[in-house]
Amino acid sequence: MTTEHAQNVELTPSEYIAHHLSFNAQGVNGNTASEGFWVLHYDTLLTSVVLGLLVMGLIWWVARGATAGVPTKRQAFVELVFGFVDDQVKNIFHGDRHSFIAPTALTVFIWVLAMNSMDFLPVDWVAAIVSFFGGEHAKWRIVPTSDINTTFALALAVWFLMIFFSIKAKGLGGWIHELFCAPFGSNPLVWPANFLFNLIEYVSKPLSHSLRLFGNMYAGEIIFLLLGMWAATGLSGTVFGAILGAGWSIFHILIVALQAFIFMMLTVVYLAMAHESH
Amino acid sequence: MNINFTLIAQAIAFAVLIWFTVKFVWPPLLTAIETRQKEIADGLAAAQEGKSALEVAAKKSEATLNEAKQKATEIIGQAEKRAAQIIDEAKGNAKAEGDRIIAGAKAEIDQEVNRAKEGLRAQVSTLAVAGAEKILRKEIDAKAHSEMLAKLAAEL
Repeated sequence: MTTEHAQNVELTPSEYIAHHLSFNAQGVNGNTASEGFWVLHYDTLLTSVVLGLLVMGLIWWVARGATAGVPTKRQAFVELVFGFVDDQVKNIFHGDRHSFIAPTALTVFIWVLAMNSMDFLPVDWVAAIVSFFGGEHAKWRIVPTSDINTTFALALAVWFLMIFFSIKAKGLGGWIHELFCAPFGSNPLVWPANFLFNLIEYVSKPLSHSLRLFGNMYAGEIIFLLLGMWAATGLSGTVFGAILGAGWSIFHILIVALQAFIFMMLTVVYLAMAHESH
Repeated sequence: MNINFTLIAQAIAFAVLIWFTVKFVWPPLLTAIETRQKEIADGLAAAQEGKSALEVAAKKSEATLNEAKQKATEIIGQAEKRAAQIIDEAKGNAKAEGDRIIAGAKAEIDQEVNRAKEGLRAQVSTLAVAGAEKILRKEIDAKAHSEMLAKLAAEL
């Protein structure tokens, strides 16, 4: 179950895990160090962009040929996903959802689902393929959503959209008024409390939004790695590791879909809340 | 956990994907689905309309049929009445004609009888005069007794 070089060099468990959890990080902007802010995780970025282009491109390809007549099975499937997302958004947001929020929800759901699904690929197969093409020390994290940068990027984008829609719906004055006068009332004495509450809310929203997804996917990956390590310890380890690995994979189907769904729902809820005034 | 430039790159990728979906993926799907929904709704409404139209037509045809039946019965009744009338008229006419013919025949018979009587009367008087002439010959003056004879003839 371990990779080729693992058998050759005899990695220790911590080295094995550390290897699997290292990013393919390279400096940008003339920076040669692989630490600090000006560093790019090429594995995360490339995998997510390729997946995004693939899934959204597939849907676009079907949508381009969409007919109002009898749909093909392909179109029926895409319409099923469309209807599922549209129904969820319709129940939460009561404005003109078709111009922005519903398409955004579809993007988030499909893209995050695709990125999460990379967790189904056996960790050591990925490592084997990467070391076959990139050499013994090549690193490639295949699950973009187990990189905090990805989940933070999505959550922060939603956060900025939230503030944008909040200001757009209530005006800049209305938004500032709400910062100080909700939830306790407009008495100047409770302004600090209100502002503190809103501050906590604005900080906690992107944090919980991103860390929930990151935590689930990261934990899932770690468990796969631990099972992979166990499988390398002998025959009984291989048998139990395989059985538990299969079980965890099946359970992980639920987590992958559920986390994508939760991430989409929170996106819709945050954007819908931004439109409501208190 | 190391936050770095990947975050910004991923955010840009996210923004581009959202833009792509908003612009190119969502609208054609929405149009297709909404158009189909409208077509199905229209079709169902048309079917309902057709059904009610069929019902109305059935009712109308039944009413027309009933009316035609009633009219036919009426016409047959009228025809029967007229036929009876014609027969009655013909009967009356025939009776009148028969009466007329019988009356004409009776009048002719009376005429014939009268004529025969006249003839007989004339002959009786002549015969009586001739007989009396033969019996009486000389004693009887033809001129003196002709008056009496005429009276006799008239009594006949």
